Amino acid sequence: MIRVFLVDDHHFFLSGLRAELGAEFEIVGEAGEVDAAVDGIRRTRPDVVLLDVHLPGGGGRAVLEAVRQTDQEIRFLALSVSDAAEDVIGVIRAGARGYVTKTISPPDLAAAIRRVQGGDAVFSPRLAGFVLDAFHGDLTGVVDPELDQLTTREREVLRHIARGFTYKEVARRLHLSVKTVETHVSSVLRKLQLSSRHELTRWASDRRLV
Amino acid sequence: MAGPSGACHHGPPGISARRRRAPTATEVPQRPASSAVLVRSRDNRVLLGVAGGLGERLGVDPVLIRVAFAVLAVSGGAGILLYLLAWAFSTEPDADQARERPIRRPAARQAIALGLVVLGSLLLLREIGLWFGDRIVWPIALAAAGSAIIWARSDDRDRARWPRLSGNPIEALFTGRVGLIRILVGGLLVASGLGLGFANTGPDLAAAADALAGVAITLIGLGLIFGPWATRMASQLAEERRGRIRSEARAEMAAHLHDSVLHTLALIQRTDASPEVVGLARRQERELRAWLYRAPVPPEGRLRPAVEEIATRVEQRHNVPVDVVVVGDAPLDDAGRALVDACQEAAFNAARHSGAPLVSVYVEVEPDELTGFVRDEGKGFDPEAVPTDRRGIADSIRGRIRRHGGSVTIVSSPGEGTEVQLRLPRSQSS
Repeated sequence: MIRVFLVDDHHFFLSGLRAELGAEFEIVGEAGEVDAAVDGIRRTRPDVVLLDVHLPGGGGRAVLEAVRQTDQEIRFLALSVSDAAEDVIGVIRAGARGYVTKTISPPDLAAAIRRVQGGDAVFSPRLAGFVLDAFHGDLTGVVDPELDQLTTREREVLRHIARGFTYKEVARRLHLSVKTVETHVSSVLRKLQLSSRHELTRWASDRRLV
Repeated sequence: MAGPSGACHHGPPGISARRRRAPTATEVPQRPASSAVLVRSRDNRVLLGVAGGLGERLGVDPVLIRVAFAVLAVSGGAGILLYLLAWAFSTEPDADQARERPIRRPAARQAIALGLVVLGSLLLLREIGLWFGDRIVWPIALAAAGSAIIWARSDDRDRARWPRLSGNPIEALFTGRVGLIRILVGGLLVASGLGLGFANTGPDLAAAADALAGVAITLIGLGLIFGPWATRMASQLAEERRGRIRSEARAEMAAHLHDSVLHTLALIQRTDASPEVVGLARRQERELRAWLYRAPVPPEGRLRPAVEEIATRVEQRHNVPVDVVVVGDAPLDDAGRALVDACQEAAFNAARHSGAPLVSVYVEVEPDELTGFVRDEGKGFDPEAVPTDRRGIADSIRGRIRRHGGSVTIVSSPGEGTEVQLRLPRSQSS
């Protein structure tokens, strides 16, 4: 059973999550603020952390940065009520393997947790749109073409995700295997985390403003 | 000219106390601004805000008014008397009024008129005998006029170009469009004024410490040239601080709403509440989020907000959530408008007929074309054998797009959902 740690400062939401996920996953702990979350995650070493983006004491990003210094293999799925670009891009660049909004249905959330646990990335249509937007247009100031550009195939996969197709549907429509689609998405995630494109660095630094 | 800039924010205690009094029912809610003879300026004051108020009233740069008062002040003290009189007959501004009224751009004609009035007054005072003597008044008048020309507030367009606070006085001098000419003329006047003053006083002080007089005159000259920069710097700093306080308050409120209300709305959407309640929560969430994260100036006539609005309309009419993703942005020209209308029609259609719980709208701005995709995972249909009502809608979408040289593809089969694909070449003008 996949071991999951919940980080959220909203008790109602937390208890809702616990009820929904308890049957399928082993909830190994929960926390409502940064320091407690870092301690709890280091102690319980879960497979997946469900991480609220907005947290007292530095935000989900602070948890990510602290934990990833010591435990690289713990995977994070960001959970946010906001789908503002700066919030989302900020946590992804700090190391989360995906993000979903809090309005996600329980079965979709469970599927996303499993996907992250398996080492893949979880891209919502909106996140795919952000990435296409950020990697869109001019290439001035591009430092590393390998990291700062998307391939035609990656772009095509992201476009389909942005249009609302699931990975499986994308695979069928582009005549690829699901595994290949997952590989493309993971590679986009890596670029999103490591690229030095101006739009991404701006998003990441603006993140602390609100 | 230099005054305690800290005085800017606090009126005399009596006045603030009067303003704090709760309004009674019989009180006239708002005193019209024009009823007072003169309203002193709140945001633009060096001493008491009289010159700033006069400037706002007359549409003349307050710097010029201040110079006029200063020049008249050395003419036997007439300027001081006038200033005090103007203060006595003016009123303190209301907090809100002052902010509503922008400082009008100084018109050259009005500045010249003001100069002539001062010159006339000087000549009159000279005739009457209220006069410290030609040797003092004329050099000071010249120097002051030069300083005013250098420091007259540059027009709005120039000011907009000031990047932030200009930290460097020399740089600040050269930012105006006509900065160089102004500085040359102004500098010449200041120099000739000081030169005249020096030449005039020189012989008298020959026996005394010449060097001391030289230093004093140099200091006065520097004061005339850089003094206004210092006061403007101070007022810019104050304005910056006010702006920062406002934006901090807004950020704090946004964070609070984010943590409380948005969460509640998200929670409601995850419950088994009735579809109406869930739909209401979703709409409220969308509106609140749009308000929290909107751009400071909502972009007019752009494609992106027009596409995002489709979601609100469809949800309002059919209570089906719409996921909108837009990549890139462009001005909302005829082609863009046609794409938005066609997408909206397709989304309405999907919400009404497909039975799907969600409609996805995706629009991308590419270098030479606009693409739109409207998709649902509903019951779908066979495009070859569509019921006539559907045929009508498809035809109207097709007509719209084809008129602009674009193409429409409808991909659907029973049980597989539907996707309407739209492509439009971008207008040459954009």
